[in-house]
Amino acid sequence: MLLSYLKIAWKVLLRRKFFTFISLFGISFTLMILLVVYAFYDHTVGPHTPEKKVDRLLFVNRATVSYKEGNGSNNGTISYSFLERYVRPLRTPEKISISTYFSSTAAYVGNQKLDVDLKYTDGQFWQVLDFDFVEGRPYTLSEVQSGAHVAVLNERTCRAYFGATSGVLGKTIETDRVRYQVIGVVKDVPGMRFNSYADMWVPISTSTQDAKDPGYFGDCMAIIQARTPADLPAVQAEFSRVVDQVPVPDPKKHAKVHVYAGTLLSSTVRWFNNNSKPDDGVAALMGKVALVTLLFMLLPALNLINVNVSRILERSSEIGVRKAFGATSGTLIRQFLVENVFLTLLGGVLGLVLASVVLHIIDSSGFIPYTTLTLNPRIFAGGLLLSLLFGVLSGVYPAYKMSKLQAVQALKGGRN
Amino acid sequence: MENILTQTTARPQATTEAARAAASQPVIQLRDIEKVYQTKTIETVALNRVNLTINKGEFVSIMGPSGCGKSTLLSIMGLLDEPTGGTIALDGRPVQSYSDKELASLRNHKIGFVFQSYHLINDLSVLDNVELPLLYRPGVGGKERRERAYAALEKVGLGARTNHFPSQLSGGQRQRVAIARALAGRPEIILADEPTGNLDSVMGEEIMDLLLGLNRQEGTTIVMVTHDEQQALKTQRLIRFFDGSQVS
Repeated sequence: MLLSYLKIAWKVLLRRKFFTFISLFGISFTLMILLVVYAFYDHTVGPHTPEKKVDRLLFVNRATVSYKEGNGSNNGTISYSFLERYVRPLRTPEKISISTYFSSTAAYVGNQKLDVDLKYTDGQFWQVLDFDFVEGRPYTLSEVQSGAHVAVLNERTCRAYFGATSGVLGKTIETDRVRYQVIGVVKDVPGMRFNSYADMWVPISTSTQDAKDPGYFGDCMAIIQARTPADLPAVQAEFSRVVDQVPVPDPKKHAKVHVYAGTLLSSTVRWFNNNSKPDDGVAALMGKVALVTLLFMLLPALNLINVNVSRILERSSEIGVRKAFGATSGTLIRQFLVENVFLTLLGGVLGLVLASVVLHIIDSSGFIPYTTLTLNPRIFAGGLLLSLLFGVLSGVYPAYKMSKLQAVQALKGGRN
Repeated sequence: MENILTQTTARPQATTEAARAAASQPVIQLRDIEKVYQTKTIETVALNRVNLTINKGEFVSIMGPSGCGKSTLLSIMGLLDEPTGGTIALDGRPVQSYSDKELASLRNHKIGFVFQSYHLINDLSVLDNVELPLLYRPGVGGKERRERAYAALEKVGLGARTNHFPSQLSGGQRQRVAIARALAGRPEIILADEPTGNLDSVMGEEIMDLLLGLNRQEGTTIVMVTHDEQQALKTQRLIRFFDGSQVS
């Protein structure tokens, strides 16, 4: 029976090539957009190198000091001393890392300037995150303590500076007139991973900035690793208890200090929204994304419904004959849904192919540094699921309409 | 495989004993059947209190001018349409309380249809078309479906055309495929709505011989709507219709 349905489905597709093209284009184009957007989402907040343990990590990115009068507030990235004083002593986390955000520095290869994004980190940084080392090792806690001028480079910088990505251990790289000895080389980290991204990582003790500056704002961030994913709420609860006790810089002017430890998704959404409210805005964003996705899918689904309804009228003779020879309405609905799911799965496969082409173009364009957007199995499964949803969404109404067609009317309206 | 087409040509007037014995057993009974098409402004009576009994093994033809309700009557007999009044019984059992599923099953097991315009599914091969009734019959597997469809095609003399598509056949061949489709489910009743209406006289004769053979050799009950008096006279009983009523 299924084979017969599929045979008919294939023939119907071939019969009206233009409509088939329109339907398939609508489905595959929509799926392609959704898959590319999802690939970006997964690339930014999914469990990828070096943030593989993303379900155990919390990120502390910004602080806000609100004013007593009016709605004003000071908002910015956090100082090293603040994180050292209030975050480092937390008891519930397994590990805590403090690092700066990357900053641009200049290295020279002959007379050629090479932009190097530099990030100062502590030793725990390498324990909390999982970099892929091509060669060498990360720097240790004691090297950080002693202020050793050692560096870990990414492959691109290594290649650009030394002309090779291996055999560079022990060599020296100079950037902004400071010399570092290379002790490790890692695979490039995508620019979207702004918590871990850099071209070169060096011990935070080699930074020229005053680590003891008591101000709350600086250029640092913290990454907190919980023992298990289930521990995250307990860590967040301790974090917020501590933050509640933080004295305001000026009790006459300031009302409260707001700092949040959020998941990668939460901290990324906060970062892009410049949001200092208790609600991280993830739920609202997800609601909007779901609504836009649904509306976006609705357009080709409506188009498919329209095409399907007109096809049903075209096939009324077949429907009449099938009913005359014993098909029930239920059987015909099943047949039509199978046909529609077949069409949409075909569109889904096309969409996947289109999406992989687009992702390849984005990757190779260098539009975002070191981006490697790929269609991983999760995205593939998501795409197939979307296709099925599509098939059912656009098939239910036409199938219902078809099943209501009386056999005798269908035969009268039908042609041979 | 026995070929009805050739057999009936050789023995045109043969009648089986079995058919004769079963002749008084009613298979379709229509009582006071009415069919009224109602719109906001107009009421059209297509069938007016029709009483008719078709006995097992009979070959009955229905004649009448266009629009007199012949095809409507055939659709009602075939459970494809519902009457607005009266009762239908198949094998003595009234069917008006049957669900959509029960009616579908009854059509599948008991009735085979042959239409004037064939109504073959152009996207399917001849064999797939003939298999159609068996697709909806629980317990019939793919192999059996194929075998029975082959047998039905052999019976109508089209055993060599199984992989053709309807568009590759002549009108007469298409109608023979349609008859094979009606036969594949081995129904007791065949309802044929102007089966020769779209064919020239030679092909029309061929189809008529085929139907006569089925009736005489296999005892299949056939009700045929036709405009052709010559063909109608070959059947055992001729019913004439005029303006929705039976006149003879």
